[in-house]
Amino acid sequence: MKTGKMLMILAAWLLILGLAAGCGAGASGGGTAGDVPGASGGGTAGDVPDGGDTPAPGDAPAVGETGGDIVVGVNFELSGNLAGYGQAKLNGLRIALDEINALGGVLGKTLVVKEYDNKGDNAEAVSLATRLMGEDKVVAMIGPVTSGRVMAAADVARQFGIPLVTGTGTSVGITVRADGEVNPFVYRTCFTDPYQGTLAASYAAGSLGLKTAALLVNQSDDYSIYMASAFQDAFEAAGGQIVDSVSFMQGDLDFRTALTKIKSAGAAMIFCPNYYEPNALIARQALELGYDGYIIGGDGWDNRDHLIQTAGPEALQKVYFINHYFPGDTGDDNQRFVEKYAELYHSAPPSFAALGYDTMWFVADAIEKAGAADPAAIDRAIAGTVGFQGITGTFDMGPNHDPIKSAVVIGFDEEGNYRLADRVR
Amino acid sequence: MERFYVFLQQLINGVSLGGIYALIALGYTMVYGVIKLINFAHGDIYMMGAFAAYFAALWLGAGFFGALALAMGACLILGTLIERIAYRPLRNSTRIAVLITAIGMSFLLEYTMVFFLGARSRAFPELLPPVRIDFFDGRVFITGKELLIYGVTLFLMLALQLIVHKTKIGRAMRAVAFDREAAMLMGVNIDRTISVTFALGSALAGAAGVLVGIYYGAINPLMGMTPGLKAFVAAVLGGIGIIPGAALGGLLMGLIETFVIAYGQSTYRDAVAFALLILILLIKPTGILGTNAREKV
Repeated sequence: MKTGKMLMILAAWLLILGLAAGCGAGASGGGTAGDVPGASGGGTAGDVPDGGDTPAPGDAPAVGETGGDIVVGVNFELSGNLAGYGQAKLNGLRIALDEINALGGVLGKTLVVKEYDNKGDNAEAVSLATRLMGEDKVVAMIGPVTSGRVMAAADVARQFGIPLVTGTGTSVGITVRADGEVNPFVYRTCFTDPYQGTLAASYAAGSLGLKTAALLVNQSDDYSIYMASAFQDAFEAAGGQIVDSVSFMQGDLDFRTALTKIKSAGAAMIFCPNYYEPNALIARQALELGYDGYIIGGDGWDNRDHLIQTAGPEALQKVYFINHYFPGDTGDDNQRFVEKYAELYHSAPPSFAALGYDTMWFVADAIEKAGAADPAAIDRAIAGTVGFQGITGTFDMGPNHDPIKSAVVIGFDEEGNYRLADRVR
Repeated sequence: MERFYVFLQQLINGVSLGGIYALIALGYTMVYGVIKLINFAHGDIYMMGAFAAYFAALWLGAGFFGALALAMGACLILGTLIERIAYRPLRNSTRIAVLITAIGMSFLLEYTMVFFLGARSRAFPELLPPVRIDFFDGRVFITGKELLIYGVTLFLMLALQLIVHKTKIGRAMRAVAFDREAAMLMGVNIDRTISVTFALGSALAGAAGVLVGIYYGAINPLMGMTPGLKAFVAAVLGGIGIIPGAALGGLLMGLIETFVIAYGQSTYRDAVAFALLILILLIKPTGILGTNAREKV
């Protein structure tokens, strides 16, 4: 019996190891899910220009005291492992700032931003928010960039009564606290994760006229779970039916069983609200299994290079995903932005840059509407925003301090390039 | 009737997954059989095999069989090296010391790869033309990749069985497994036998890595973690130390997972698999094919 006992002990060990492995996987893959706003998942950081041609944030001229200017704070992740996101957003924001001042500034004065680097650290984000609002006397603060930092700094905004606007934090908890209270003075200009699920449902049930859907959800990731449940509510409300729901774990490679099951359930589409790594495998295996329905998801799909390499263009022909921004948008404002961005940073703007651009304009617009460089008046102006037109969509500020905003639906052409399939709201 | 076709299709999926588990489980079971060590780094050798094939295809332009041979060769060397460097000096230490070393080796392999390649997953090159064989008017089909998994798995298992039962080194392995000291007294070279055991087991894991890369299309440095654990469960399920047991356990594991997703709650996939392990160990502590041999201590 000694072997048996030994094996029992090993089995116990194995269970513990299994737990540890599960947590580890969650931290490496899912970690970015919670922290980083959806726009690009973990991986597009590489696509983001490193801002080598822009001055280091610390070198920004000290302008807080100059009486004639209006000062807005910028509290971004400009170094550390989230720097790619912060830098991209800052690049977009600076283009907007130049445009605003070229058009005469706000309230007849020059608009100035005071930039600080929070290094992707929560404590740093809080102390810089305090410094901007307490010492530098900014009228509003833009940032932090990623959800974790925004939530840390949110209390400071409430304490000083100075508005905080993030352009990219997508976590629900930023604007609405766990107890259901709306966070005063804290706003965002991008949509939330669950809202993408709602928009995806409206596209699927409305534009595509689909009646049946299956869910394929990463059960170890809140991003996926929340978006899926929002999709289910909206899709059923629109008369659709969820015929199957299959969950998987972070790190899974095998989706054949799940896809075979979904195919046999006769779902006209698969809602796939995950990050691009599992998504690419799902698209590829769906093609191999001969699934001919649609695959629809959220901004976690946004990594074209990975999708093309892993799944190939053929597997992406019926894939559509909700995104913040489409660089090929033909609007005049966007064309000007894309040209300027290419000139300065030699690449197409990522979603974060476009959101940074819009957020700067949004804050400037609110100051203008407030009619005075007074934080309380600006807060009222932000809350009352109706019909703000940005390059990432037109929006009203909703009662939860989340924008009620349109989104783009991105599809793929035969070579696998992004194409604008639709706009939804 | 439609349900029957779906059942067949899921069976094909399950057997493919099971074949991969079986290949990994064989290495666990061989090493355990010979030196009573659970080699936790085994799942990561499988990952290294996948990467070896990836780079062989990318840099050397190797085709399927070339990549497979190179990956198996690379893993064979890696397995031997790991045994030589990490396990042999601990041959006479407590079992727990060697076990901890194995866990350390597992993390070392994983994070060395993460350090050099990053944790992101990579697309595995298409080494095979898409082949698809239809049955029942295409309502059930089997792909070339699946046939290949069945073929390679079967071939390697038979080859292993031959080596263990028909060759001199195989006889030495069985002798060492049965009673190490007696084997040594009879003139069996223990170190060499153990090296060969590691080499063979690792080569099989390498083959499994290549098959997974081809079948699922993506590989990453942490891909060995979960399949490694599950293959270990499979080895215990079948009766650890027994080669046909590992094959049976792997197959069962793949089928159970597939059918829990297909006809049960996908959320409980792993819970069911591990609950089964506990149940089997309670009823039959030596595994399905295990015999209640008296412990020779």
